[in-house]
Amino acid sequence: MSVQDPQHPSKALVIAHDLAKTFDVSAPWLSRVIERKPRQLLKAVDGVSFEIERGKTLALVGESGCGKSTVARLLVGLYEPTRGGLTFDGQDAHAAFKSSDAKAMRKRIQMIFQDPYASLNPRWTVEAIVGEPLHEHGLVKDEQELKDRVAQLLKSVGLSALDMVKYPHQFSGGQRQRISIARALATAPEFLVCDEPTSALDVSVQAQVLNIMKDLQRERGLTYLFISHNLAVVRHVSDKVGVMYLGQLVELADKHTLFDNPQHPYTRMLLDAIPKMKDTGRARTPVQGEVPNPLNPPPGCSFNPRCPLANARCKTERPVLKDLNGIKIACHAVEEGRH
Amino acid sequence: MSLLQVQNLVVEFPSRHGTLRAIDDISFDIAPGEILGVVGESGAGKSLTGASIIGLLEPPGRIASGQILLEGKRIDNLTNDQMRSIRGRKIGAIFQDPLTSLNPLYSVGKQLTETIQAHLPMSDQEARQRAIALLQDTGISAAAERIDHYPHQFSGGMRQRVVIALALAAEPQLIVADEPTTALDVSIQAQIISLLKNVCKKRGAAVMLITHDMGVIAETCDRVAVMYAGRIAEIGPVHQVINHPEHPYTAGLMASIPDMDTDRERLNQIDGAMPRLNAIPTGCAFNPRCPQVFDRCFKERPNLAAVSRGGQNTPTQVACWLHQPNTLEGVA
Repeated sequence: MSVQDPQHPSKALVIAHDLAKTFDVSAPWLSRVIERKPRQLLKAVDGVSFEIERGKTLALVGESGCGKSTVARLLVGLYEPTRGGLTFDGQDAHAAFKSSDAKAMRKRIQMIFQDPYASLNPRWTVEAIVGEPLHEHGLVKDEQELKDRVAQLLKSVGLSALDMVKYPHQFSGGQRQRISIARALATAPEFLVCDEPTSALDVSVQAQVLNIMKDLQRERGLTYLFISHNLAVVRHVSDKVGVMYLGQLVELADKHTLFDNPQHPYTRMLLDAIPKMKDTGRARTPVQGEVPNPLNPPPGCSFNPRCPLANARCKTERPVLKDLNGIKIACHAVEEGRH
Repeated sequence: MSLLQVQNLVVEFPSRHGTLRAIDDISFDIAPGEILGVVGESGAGKSLTGASIIGLLEPPGRIASGQILLEGKRIDNLTNDQMRSIRGRKIGAIFQDPLTSLNPLYSVGKQLTETIQAHLPMSDQEARQRAIALLQDTGISAAAERIDHYPHQFSGGMRQRVVIALALAAEPQLIVADEPTTALDVSIQAQIISLLKNVCKKRGAAVMLITHDMGVIAETCDRVAVMYAGRIAEIGPVHQVINHPEHPYTAGLMASIPDMDTDRERLNQIDGAMPRLNAIPTGCAFNPRCPQVFDRCFKERPNLAAVSRGGQNTPTQVACWLHQPNTLEGVA
């Protein structure tokens, strides 16, 4: 485990600046020529900036299609950004991913995927799955050391060393997700990107996995980017929360500030949409409308068709993320005090 | 009188390694206009219970014993043709994924008028008018134009509205809704749940709402049944079950859900996982995970029994030896 740089103790470990990813979803060239269709670009992530301090958790929330998972894939280098970049521990991560020394960077950033049924190779034993990163990065000398390390990793996520010889189908969903976590931890990473790690699991199993993730963070000082659409889970695990809408961050604040005093109309709508256990039978007035098509986003603020506070300015001018009373927010209405 | 009665229902799946019991002797009923929630983890038998009621149990699954009565008449032993006239007319169904429950090759109007005319004597023109009215009722704007659109032209939330309109087309008295909002985003989920609640209230239709989301249950249902390993662990009024869970499983389930109002360093967790169907322990199925387990739990299976708590009209029923009257003497 690396030690914090004493010269810059407060410097963030992960800094994303103006990250953007555009996908070309045009029809094939011939169809475009014959049917005179224009090229079509989808801005999945459009200028997202944030910082995560060492040992902390930033959660990204938002509805499907808002670009959460694209951000995750950009951070681990599965996608190359169209614009902007990522600084990891003072280094340009994407430059490092392309350099000859890419493995050194990959070792430090690992990812946990959503579906533990799809992310584990069904024909490999648990030993092969968890041991692969150890082999790949040359972290073990021989078979015996590999077995010892895998056994250690399995124990750290609450599984038994005897599970090594089994195959993924012999485990339940929650146990599989623990195997994914063990694999992600194999290279002793500092930064874990978790893309909806518990949304495929039942609530009682979700609690087991969330507890393990919190324990590991405390023991190893891990830094998490936690992606979820479940605000109650986010409130439980995170330190800071970023709310995304159509490829942009609309609000970024400390967990308590965001949940106790949400500012952006979209954040308030999301919080309002959660069914509460306390108020049985309480009638809510749900917010109308749906996420617009990202291929054809509305002009101005992308939330304006659903926003109760939208005015003429919101329909023409796109708000940018600004510092306001200790939080970051992109909203004309809040900025002008119209809420 | 109850609208629907399920009595000692047992559903079995024959397999090479012996017969698997997916639903093991469950009984409950639904009153007219009532919303009954059914919760439980995956594999608890929620959806199979729903499928048995609609008569859409996939072979080789079969109802091995017990009966299902709708308005006092048995519906579990009807032929396919007889069942077809009940399905849609008396029992409507809403499934999880709106994309697979709509036919992509027909316009939504065609699907709606077909359902309406199959059950109600209406001319083409009348059926179309009714279809437009149904779409309007379910909150689809410009229904008169959108009726000729195809399912792919609707978004996920809009499709689920169409599915609700389809389920309501012939004014059924009971709607079986199997995870109707699981495939949708939270903001859309809230819209669909309140829509389902309102349209059913307006028409006096009862709903059996199957979900794993306790929040949705809390907000929507009158009563709730908690299922575990093919059995009902606890059934009662929703505020009672949520605020005073009696079964250790229900209590554990409630405590494991992260909530928005309290800060906890760790969530309560129920260790272990639900047993597989071929390895359900004898006695109470929850005994390997139960924090309050004692001898009797390993030997005998507890049946649902009423727990009286300060003069309620409808007490909670719990299947747990901790709550059986003569248990304490047995322990002592």
